Amino acid sequence: MPTFLQEASHKRQALLDILFRNLTRLAAFTVLALLGAIIASLIVGSMPAIHAFGFGFITSSEWNPVTDQYGAWIPIVGTLITSGIALLIAIPVSFGIAVFLTELSPRWLRRPLGIAVELLAGIPSIIYGMWGLFVFAPLFADHVEPWLNDHIGTWPLLGPFFSGPPMGIGMLTAGIILSIMVIPFIASVMRDVFDVVPPMLKESAYGLGATTWEVMRNVVLPYTKIGVVGGIMLGLGRALGETMAVTFVIGNAHELNKSLLMPGNSISSALANEFTEAVGELYTSSLIELGLILFFITFVVLSLARLMLFKLAKSEGRGA
Amino acid sequence: MFDLYTRRRITNLVSLGISVLTMAFGLFWLGWILWTLLAYGLPHLSLSVFTQTTPPPGSTGGLVNAIFGSLMMTGLGVLIGTPIGILAGTYLAEFGQRGWLAPLTRFINDVLLSAPSIVIGMFVYEVYVVKVGHFAGWGGAFALAIIVIPVVIRTTENMLRLVPNSLREAAAALGAPQWKIINFVTLRAARAGILTGILLAVARVSGETAPLLFTALNNQFWSSNMNQPMANLPVVIFQFAMSPYDDWQSLAWAGALLITVSVLTLNILARVLFRQQSTHH
Repeated sequence: MPTFLQEASHKRQALLDILFRNLTRLAAFTVLALLGAIIASLIVGSMPAIHAFGFGFITSSEWNPVTDQYGAWIPIVGTLITSGIALLIAIPVSFGIAVFLTELSPRWLRRPLGIAVELLAGIPSIIYGMWGLFVFAPLFADHVEPWLNDHIGTWPLLGPFFSGPPMGIGMLTAGIILSIMVIPFIASVMRDVFDVVPPMLKESAYGLGATTWEVMRNVVLPYTKIGVVGGIMLGLGRALGETMAVTFVIGNAHELNKSLLMPGNSISSALANEFTEAVGELYTSSLIELGLILFFITFVVLSLARLMLFKLAKSEGRGA
Repeated sequence: MFDLYTRRRITNLVSLGISVLTMAFGLFWLGWILWTLLAYGLPHLSLSVFTQTTPPPGSTGGLVNAIFGSLMMTGLGVLIGTPIGILAGTYLAEFGQRGWLAPLTRFINDVLLSAPSIVIGMFVYEVYVVKVGHFAGWGGAFALAIIVIPVVIRTTENMLRLVPNSLREAAAALGAPQWKIINFVTLRAARAGILTGILLAVARVSGETAPLLFTALNNQFWSSNMNQPMANLPVVIFQFAMSPYDDWQSLAWAGALLITVSVLTLNILARVLFRQQSTHH
């Protein structure tokens, strides 16, 4: 090939290289732009509500479309309480599952069981909602809630939280269903971080005569602490933003009750129920501000989760 | 009462027993939910579900318009989201060693991966539905595309990182320019893994309800016009399940069974496919 042709070909390839690199860079940039656009559009959309209510929006428990008065306190508290209940159940269960999958399960069972747990995460949230409303809630109302009323409901301190008419739907039901939904997320992160513990560490502990439980409790758990917390935060992020399952079973009542058996509301279920039917600028805008608050909370929680998992991976010397 | 060794052994046995119980606890819910779906869904799953459109209350009908709408929106959403996801994932894996863009994108992407999908629905509502003035199938496709992107980015980057560097070096030593190395060597080597990611994204998206509520809404009739409100399985299930009519609720169960079976099949398929690929290496 003559040199000038070769040079032209080289130039063309170099040009294509630059083109391709910038195309991929553009795509990566799209992700950042998307996040920026989401935040910007939520802020713009909630401007009327921010002007009308200011910071009082967060602390006001008023929610009245007739008088056009809105406050986010009830849905915020509902979101936090249901997610809290979910974590309370999901953390110990996920830990147990992760211990089972990493230490106890026979090797041939590990994969199918791991897949089964991940299938639990794959079931669409609307299915959890339907199952919760039609199957779980009636059973819960007939068998569990009366028992809670009779036993824990009479306790001095915890009592008020567990007394009330057994309706099946309410904060407690929503929290329990949320816990089932986040278990697979927390459990699979825990399993993954337990797997990175150097076998040498575990074997030395076994060699000193430690039992399996002692190895988990005193060697594996301290070693993977940050990762475990990161996994829990990841589950929390999921629980906070979960919409459809909660919408089915929380009862959608704009009221704050001491009792966990009573219906309540969460940010996401308020949005799912009211957004398409909201009339008037202030109503819509208040709902968008709710969405902004939800996005902000989950963003902070998920960021913390990622930072912790990143830190663990880094101290592992494996990079991110 | 017990000496130290017995006490330790008992603690161990009890806690390991609890661990087994938690595993059973997890499987119990999975079994119960699947059983419910089969018990309530199978009896209502007849041929008319696939041939007739959604009925008004009190008459018979099917879900064919909702199934079609779901397929359209999921398909278009994946079609829009996948190329962006693969390109961005390629950037992170192949060019992402230096600079600020790659680490920041990686971080933001991980956050978006679990961001509440209802907020994404609101975003599309704000920037698309409000602008065109009505709910539309395109809005649903856009919202789903935004959910697809982070999933595809994550798996693409992970899969490209699994490709051994010696492959890239061999191609470079033959004088191949970088764009050719990536397109014809590394991306091709990671093909099955990336396909796994796309399948997982389809599975993730096909059950999504919240983002469609504000974008595609619903349509009681057959419509293939992406510029109009469009029926789709998740929203139909939501509306029918919440309704007081028995025949609507039965259709909702049939739809729920359909969605779950397809989502779980996709999930398992993706894993089997990935496993086959990784045993080849």
